[in-house]
Amino acid sequence: MKRKLTTYHAMLAPYTAWAVLFILVPLAFVGYYAFTDNDFNFTLEHFIRFFTATSNVTGDDGVTREVRTYVLIFLRSVKLAVISTAICLLLGYPLAYIMSKATTKVQKIMMTLIMIPMWMNFLIRTYAWMTILQDTGIFNNFLEAIGLDRIRIIGTETAVIIGMVYDYFPYMVMPIYSILAKMDNRLLEAARDLGCGSFSVLRRVVFPLSLPGVISGITMVLGLTPLGIIPIGPLNATILIPSISTFYISQKLGNGKFYLIGDAIEGQYIANNLHFAAAIAFILMVILLAAMALVKYASERYVYGGES
Amino acid sequence: MKMKLSSRIYTGVIFAFLFAPIVVMLIYSFNESKSLSVYSGFSPRWYKELLRDRNTLEAVKNTFVLAISATAISTVMGTAAAVGISRIRSKWYRAALKTVTDIPMTNPDIITGISLMLMFVFVGRLVGAVNSLSFWTMLAAHVTFCLPYVILQVLPKLQQMDPSLPEAAMDLGCTPLRAFFKVELPEILPGVITGAIMAFTMSLDDFVISYFTAGNGFETLPIRIYGMTKKTVTPKMYALATIIFLVTMSLLLISNVVDNDDRRKLKEKKAQMRQYK
Repeated sequence: MKRKLTTYHAMLAPYTAWAVLFILVPLAFVGYYAFTDNDFNFTLEHFIRFFTATSNVTGDDGVTREVRTYVLIFLRSVKLAVISTAICLLLGYPLAYIMSKATTKVQKIMMTLIMIPMWMNFLIRTYAWMTILQDTGIFNNFLEAIGLDRIRIIGTETAVIIGMVYDYFPYMVMPIYSILAKMDNRLLEAARDLGCGSFSVLRRVVFPLSLPGVISGITMVLGLTPLGIIPIGPLNATILIPSISTFYISQKLGNGKFYLIGDAIEGQYIANNLHFAAAIAFILMVILLAAMALVKYASERYVYGGES
Repeated sequence: MKMKLSSRIYTGVIFAFLFAPIVVMLIYSFNESKSLSVYSGFSPRWYKELLRDRNTLEAVKNTFVLAISATAISTVMGTAAAVGISRIRSKWYRAALKTVTDIPMTNPDIITGISLMLMFVFVGRLVGAVNSLSFWTMLAAHVTFCLPYVILQVLPKLQQMDPSLPEAAMDLGCTPLRAFFKVELPEILPGVITGAIMAFTMSLDDFVISYFTAGNGFETLPIRIYGMTKKTVTPKMYALATIIFLVTMSLLLISNVVDNDDRRKLKEKKAQMRQYK
């Protein structure tokens, strides 16, 4: 018996070492860089800079205001993440519901189809969205063909949101679907027998029972979106790839009003300000952890009932 | 149950949204002209140009060298780790390992990338290297984010199998290692294969983590695509992405078949066992 266990520990040893060296130690380095200056002396300057640095931004109304650069970027990231999560939920829930009601074969095909876009290179994916959404793009040509006016999408927050929703949609549908598919149909029949209309069955039975799936969908999408890395939008609407959007979009709109937190990190990396980049990453990690803990607490308390 | 018309329309609209960029990529990769917005006719021109582009071919080679090495290392290490995790006694050790395994999956890529880069740069400076990032740092990064996929595919297969089987083999005189290769590995092989394919496709397609850990002179395809999008963008980029996309899709199809085959066998086995009862 003992020999067996020794073998199993030996099988685990390489992975344990690897996980410590390449998962835990690097995370510690983020903290180390975040709290030190270029000579590796302790400092809080990066955090102070994050919360107090200001810059001048000219709004749509032509008035120039002084704003807190990184706080603004951060709040915008959160705002866009919340909006795109809500849209993912609104669009994804009905689809998950329709899927769960289809035949097994259709369910399987739909699941595969939903996952396919995840395997398209994300740079290309967003580039394809530019091809579709630009002023002379496919979508606007379509609008014109059916007799509507062209609309400007690229360079607006809408474009950024479309890109985010596209990227995270599968992550919302999958957990909701997996809960709905397992739901006991007898419960729905019972509700109907007791006089519920189909909408009230949905509202009083199906939706409350599917909440765990909804919660995990929200956690997945929210956890992912704040850092979204999507080159759609004006000047640096984009997240990890400001240079792409700069060359492509700045000629058209040219103010970096949708810079997101991922851009901020990448920008500091490019500028070789590794310590400040680490500080932004550190703040991001702390906030993500806090958000996840909050969602976990809320879901345990309100979804699964407080007593268990 | 047959789908209602409204459901069909809704599903259709959503799938149109999901597949629009893919269709655009496929169609424009065959565009005759240089434009990414005007379609002027069918031509395989950009695919031919890709074949003549030496830097791109070099990037293809690099991507595959990296993906194959990362897959091999992470599959072997991950499978061994999964067996260890499912068999050790210490609950604390197991819980700790599972939590750590989740980190690369839940952490945003940008944080994984930045954290590894900081460590490589720091260590590089300590040992006095001029360029701390190289093929090797990239390989380490890829192995790191591939490992969880392998482990999470193999673990459920281990839980499905009867733990008394390897014990029986050992009682009959097998060494634990021999028992692993003779009894456990054949049982969990579908999980190992699926995990390896997942790891391979993740490595093939990764941009963010590669971007932070890539050294000079070692360019993978996603990094090359990033470079291409900085300059004038031609349908060549779409042609390149189409090829990667098709390779990834066919690999996933294979892994699906492997998995289905495994499920079918499991069903047959259960049916047989019922007969003997």
